[in-house]
Amino acid sequence: MEQMIRVLVAKPGLDGHDRGAKVIARALRDAGMEVIYTGLRQTPEQIVAAAIQEDVDCVAISILSGAHNTLLPKVAALLKEQGAEDILMLGGGVIPDEDIPFLLDNGIKAVFTPGTPTSKIVECIKENVTK
Amino acid sequence: MKWTEPRQIARLISAVEDGRPGHEEQLKELFYQTGQAHVIGVTGPPGAGKSSLTDKLAKYYVDQGKRVGIIAVDPTSPFSGGSILGDRIRMNDLTTNPNVFIRSMGTRGHLGGLASSTHLVKQILDGAGADIIFIETVGVGQSEVEIVQAADTVLMVMVPGLGDDIQSMKAGIMEIGDVFAINKADLPGADRAKIDIQNMLTFQPEKDWLPLVQMVSVKENTGIEELAKAIEMHRSFLNEEDRLAIRRKRNTRNELIDLLYDKLYRRLVTQGNFERYLEQIVEKTLDPYSAIDKLLEDLRSENEND
Repeated sequence: MEQMIRVLVAKPGLDGHDRGAKVIARALRDAGMEVIYTGLRQTPEQIVAAAIQEDVDCVAISILSGAHNTLLPKVAALLKEQGAEDILMLGGGVIPDEDIPFLLDNGIKAVFTPGTPTSKIVECIKENVTK
Repeated sequence: MKWTEPRQIARLISAVEDGRPGHEEQLKELFYQTGQAHVIGVTGPPGAGKSSLTDKLAKYYVDQGKRVGIIAVDPTSPFSGGSILGDRIRMNDLTTNPNVFIRSMGTRGHLGGLASSTHLVKQILDGAGADIIFIETVGVGQSEVEIVQAADTVLMVMVPGLGDDIQSMKAGIMEIGDVFAINKADLPGADRAKIDIQNMLTFQPEKDWLPLVQMVSVKENTGIEELAKAIEMHRSFLNEEDRLAIRRKRNTRNELIDLLYDKLYRRLVTQGNFERYLEQIVEKTLDPYSAIDKLLEDLRSENEND
């Protein structure tokens, strides 16, 4: 039987732009993954609860509001609190280059900014999820 | 398996979904805890409001102090094998409630409106202590009726404007509902839809339960409590005269056959000689009917040698 890769695509915080998240969701679907999409304006607590219940291998967070330095580490910390730090965390969206090292130091495996080919994200997930 | 350990529940579900070996012992243990939950199947055409309605009904039960499990099934792509599981979008308020556990499933090639492992996931949630389990099917057409084998009560979610009274007279999906919800009752044509469905239902004289039809509007938050009461009435009906036991025995029979089929299938196909016989069939040195007899014979001698 196949070992399915499951990904939660999440939109935290207050920005209402989910075009990017939907494009990613679609690309991951077409790469043969099961994508759980939970919609806009999720709190970190909602994202983590969904990630645990759905037993995802990866949480991919799209954020365009500028609150990435607060929200992304918060999700990572909550996952850790639940003993789920093994879940791969990815960030994407309008994130300035100078903020990326901070995120990488705080539980985010990789950050993808506008212009990234979707294939790169697929590759990153397949490389880091060991099933 | 405890309700308060969602990660463990979730991981067992994944193991079952992926068909990973080694979880049978856990399922065996769990089995003896099952049978407590009232299982409500929620089905209907795409976009009828199954998820939104499930969300509302789940809240109703949570407010009564119940533990609610939700299994939401969405289709898997026949091309890539991937899927977008989007039912949680309508259930965001429930996500962090400790009395609610939601799990999305892709059909992974299974037809009939559910995934092949949905029955097992239902058992896991039941065994973990759910009082109520909702199983939401994929958006259905006319003949995805498998939910009737998984649920105690089938809730059929309809909307106005799906067609004339002939549509509601057709065989298949319209025959399996125990309770009908006409959602989007704020839209024109809802009264007509209700009359058509009620007319259809009164022509089933062989049934001892006349399905209830309830108008609801998720948008305007009307009719939800009445719908929950209708579901409760069906549950009370099942509790009379061993009806629930009869229904569950029928469902258990089907589940047992599925499990048996699955196990036998795996053993027969992974058996050493399968590929060899296949080659012989392709070369026309063996016919498929004799090959099947040989495979069964091989399995028997394998068991004797064990």
